[in-house]
Amino acid sequence: MSFIQVENLSFRYDQTRTIIEDLSLSLEKGRNLGIVGESGSGKTTLLRLLLGLAQPSAGSISIDGQVLDTKNWQFMRDFRRRVQAVFQDPYSSLDPRQAIFDIVAEPLRALKIDVDVAKAVAEAATAVGLPADAAQRYPHEFSGGQRQRIAIARAIVARPDLVLADEVVSALDLSTRILIVDLLKALSTSVTFVVVSHDIALVALLCPDIAIMEKGRIVESGPTEHVLSNPVHPYTRRLLASTPRLP
Amino acid sequence: MSLTPADTPQPTAISVRRKIPLSLIVGGLIVGLHLLAGILTILWTPYEPTAMVGGRLAEPSIAHWAGTDRLGRDLFTQILIGARIALEVGSGAVLVGAGIGITLGTLAAFATRTLDDVFAAAFDILIAFPTLLVAMLIVTASQTASLFTAVLAIGIAGSAIIARLTRILVKRVLSMDYIVAARVAGSSWPSIVFVHVLPNIWPTLIVNLALQFGLAAMAESSLSYLGLGAPPPNASWGRLLQEAQGTVYTAPFGAIAPGLALVTLVIGMNLLADGLRAFADPTRRRSR
Repeated sequence: MSFIQVENLSFRYDQTRTIIEDLSLSLEKGRNLGIVGESGSGKTTLLRLLLGLAQPSAGSISIDGQVLDTKNWQFMRDFRRRVQAVFQDPYSSLDPRQAIFDIVAEPLRALKIDVDVAKAVAEAATAVGLPADAAQRYPHEFSGGQRQRIAIARAIVARPDLVLADEVVSALDLSTRILIVDLLKALSTSVTFVVVSHDIALVALLCPDIAIMEKGRIVESGPTEHVLSNPVHPYTRRLLASTPRLP
Repeated sequence: MSLTPADTPQPTAISVRRKIPLSLIVGGLIVGLHLLAGILTILWTPYEPTAMVGGRLAEPSIAHWAGTDRLGRDLFTQILIGARIALEVGSGAVLVGAGIGITLGTLAAFATRTLDDVFAAAFDILIAFPTLLVAMLIVTASQTASLFTAVLAIGIAGSAIIARLTRILVKRVLSMDYIVAARVAGSSWPSIVFVHVLPNIWPTLIVNLALQFGLAAMAESSLSYLGLGAPPPNASWGRLLQEAQGTVYTAPFGAIAPGLALVTLVIGMNLLADGLRAFADPTRRRSR
């Protein structure tokens, strides 16, 4: 049984605007999955569905065999503990009026997780490489890369099984991207990531498995190496051809 | 999992210090002075406010700092009491207005699209009516003119402005990623409102509440001027102005003194508001 199982998932705003159509995928613990697609391919909507922030029009998402039920308060509490997320824009994903300590501690407090909050926050901050005095400072005192580290610390502080990462490096400059990718790679030993991105190179670095999305469907999926060296679907080929390469 | 990233700033590179803005000090002093005067009148006044203690329309002197009115009552005493009434009505009206306005504005921001549109239209229509007109209607409808009806009337009249502002501010905060992050972190909607929404909107809100305070003090004076505020012998600044109107050319100080008191209170509130906002905003703290 897969850790996350998505079956025949659909999402539409009304009869005409279908964002996700009959999408199925599965995810194993310990094997990062990259979901690649262009803007408008439905990546972010899929992520919202996976986070239980939106209701699917059809199909289901299950975690360890249990169907994701956003109306079941107790189930959602357990689900939130196991599934966390990092967002694209580190400037708007941190509350400017909260000290870093409170930002990172939010999942622990909200989910009433019975741990030493100060210790858990300090551990998460160390794990993402934040300076020791960060806790009492505010987001505006940090650079984009540092802010993304704070967001990652918040995502891992409750020790989830899965972290969904939505375009986590696209708002950062190139040298910072490399540091964040290295960090995610280091963290992959204890957390499974679903990396959603338009950047194939990033996904290739982090994820052994890849799924290519086009217009709300997965058109090709499998081991990353295999898909990239031998793309079958024309959309994958086009996507690969349009990826700019650094010399 | 220990990393030493290159973009880690030195821990001592930035230290943060809260600098108290000048406007906060000046505004606080002015409002504090009014507050002190108001509180003082509960315990002590230079003269009995209704006692005829001097000549009619006397010039300011050592005995009567602001002169006397046409009945020979001490004006300075009445201005001190006026400060108390202005502060009572101002704070009462702001409390009423903020209570109604913030609640309705937040509800509107969370409501479905149709309901939100109805709320927004209602706020806009209410704002289109002059505050004073609404207040007059409420005072007239309640058939009595007292401090309490003045507070209620000015508060309700001002609540639409606060509601509209709150709605816009809350909607802006709700669209931020940190709200989604809070939901993913497991926070409930009530805790999101108190932990993320209100702290992020209050700096803007407080400026407007202080502004409303000044406007409420002015509205109270206007209502009293029209005879719809605190009934005599309550020494409201508005009533003092109205009484001084007939003799403004022969004894101008009777109008200047309460006018000055009102203007300084409003300026003080505005300065205080601006200073508070600057002080509360972490992004405006000076780093050195």
